[in-house]
Amino acid sequence: MKHILEFEKPIYHLREKINELRKISMESNINLQEEIKTLEKRLARLEKDIYSNLTPWNRVQIARHQERPTTLDYIHLLIDDFVEFHGDRYYGDDGAIVAGVGFYHNNPVTVIGHQRGKNTKENIARNFGMPHPEGYRKAIRHMKLSEKFRRPIITFIDTKGAEPGKEAEERGQSEAIAYNLKEMSGLKVPIISIVIGEGGSGGALALGIGDHIHMLENATYSVISPEGAASILWKDASLAEKAAESMRITAQDLKELGIIDEIIPEPLGGAHRNVEEQAKNIDQVLVKSLLHFANFTPEQLLEQRWEKYKNIGKYLEL
Amino acid sequence: MLKKIFSRDRQKGMSEEWQTNDNVPAGLMTKCERCNEIYYRKEMEKNLFVCPNCDYHHHMRAWKRINSLFDEGSFEEWDANLETTNPLNFPDYLEKVKKDQEKTKLKEAVVTGKGTIEGYETAFAVMDSRFRMGSMGSVVGEKIARAIERARELNIPFIIFTASGGARMQEGVLSLMQMAKTSMAIKRFSDEGGFMISIMTHPTTGGVTASFASLGDYNFAEPGALIGFAGRRVIEQTTREKLPKDFQTAEFLLKHGQLDRIVHRHDIKPLLVNLLKMHQRTFTSEQTPFFSLEGGEQD
Repeated sequence: MKHILEFEKPIYHLREKINELRKISMESNINLQEEIKTLEKRLARLEKDIYSNLTPWNRVQIARHQERPTTLDYIHLLIDDFVEFHGDRYYGDDGAIVAGVGFYHNNPVTVIGHQRGKNTKENIARNFGMPHPEGYRKAIRHMKLSEKFRRPIITFIDTKGAEPGKEAEERGQSEAIAYNLKEMSGLKVPIISIVIGEGGSGGALALGIGDHIHMLENATYSVISPEGAASILWKDASLAEKAAESMRITAQDLKELGIIDEIIPEPLGGAHRNVEEQAKNIDQVLVKSLLHFANFTPEQLLEQRWEKYKNIGKYLEL
Repeated sequence: MLKKIFSRDRQKGMSEEWQTNDNVPAGLMTKCERCNEIYYRKEMEKNLFVCPNCDYHHHMRAWKRINSLFDEGSFEEWDANLETTNPLNFPDYLEKVKKDQEKTKLKEAVVTGKGTIEGYETAFAVMDSRFRMGSMGSVVGEKIARAIERARELNIPFIIFTASGGARMQEGVLSLMQMAKTSMAIKRFSDEGGFMISIMTHPTTGGVTASFASLGDYNFAEPGALIGFAGRRVIEQTTREKLPKDFQTAEFLLKHGQLDRIVHRHDIKPLLVNLLKMHQRTFTSEQTPFFSLEGGEQD
């Protein structure tokens, strides 16, 4: 475990201690089995205690964990014969979005997702998972091909948000996002969206008009990052933790708000602890969703999509 | 047995090079055009004309390309009987065409037809830049448009390998209009769910890039291929701007979003097979559910 989050430190220290005891026991041939066993029990309890009482801010930290699995990790584990496609045909190739086709349980599918890096070099190539307009234009082009060839679309959402910058504005960041929202609404194939890390704002939603939306247990999804909210509301980005608590950004919150369909469990401590197990958990839910829509007619698909989205929003009508 | 009879029948109408087959100019050895390394000609051919030393992708003749991709005996040529004429009475045009016919043993700059690639049936067009620089006149445009129309009628994919200097000057506006005709054929094909892959090879320029070469559902290119609309010299002289060294290479285009992938020649066949498998009509039919677990797991 290379990157330890602040709230995980007690676990880490206890594990270190156990390892030390093991070493001593080995080297000096003293039987410390009893002590080790007791500590291991304590460790298990501590882990359960910490990980089952995660605060929203803890989850933000897990969702942003440097080793957290990315779109390409899940593609490699879930999709056979994947072919990635690059540019948008207009301006550039955006590394922050991956798009391609492959077989999922022997069915052709289109897979599109935000792509972060896991180190500085990758993050520069991927622009930290923050897409430019060309990323969204690449995505929608492949979604339309998916519609043409009648294969379902799977999207993985994992971005702090769309790139906020001069060039992105010049090339029409808003138009690119808006166009995706409109066009995804009318695609005559099932769309399943899964928030695997951070779901930041319009930049996330532009891949997220799913017929089913699922979230990993520690993923977050909101209108803005906690830092952004804190800076807008209280002019102080350091109040991010407070913002995270108030904004209801966790999978549990979104489930209660009726936005998402299912919470996909994570291994204890987060998806990065066991990527294969995480992929299996995603697989189960994804198969269920795709089977649910397998025999929908295009009309039924569009009708239920409209039903789903038009019912979101809380208001009083007097 | 039956297959053999059929394929012999089909080959009757085929362009000459098919029958002469090995028209490799005399000489046992060949030299890489880029790194000057010397190889046995056979070795270079076995490597699909990619230099084993520097990976340079040499020109590949139309029939060599076809033979390297299609299942043996499955290829049937279309419209080999179309003849180039001289509609504008352009001086020396037909003489030049004749010369290229003799040189290349091809009738025109494109060979079209259909066949199977590892069992997947597909229509096909492959251009050959040795013939009038692969330029597009009436015959090239007509053969490509017909191939696409047949692909539409037969409900099979269409794959094109482009190599062209662009429109054929000697046919003037008739040549220009081939851009419209081929693009229109693609629109009709695509609107009926037709699946098209374009693979741009060195060089693909001008009106060919600005029409069918760019209209695949997927557009690929071979490494290092020159691909563009206006030529470097024209741009430099009009704009008085010095262009970057990699300007209009496949790599430059990929960076600028114009290509879906660059594909090494050795990887083209597996990629085509994979994509043909994914785009079979059984998957796209409205009778097929969007998703099913029947048919079991692949591995």
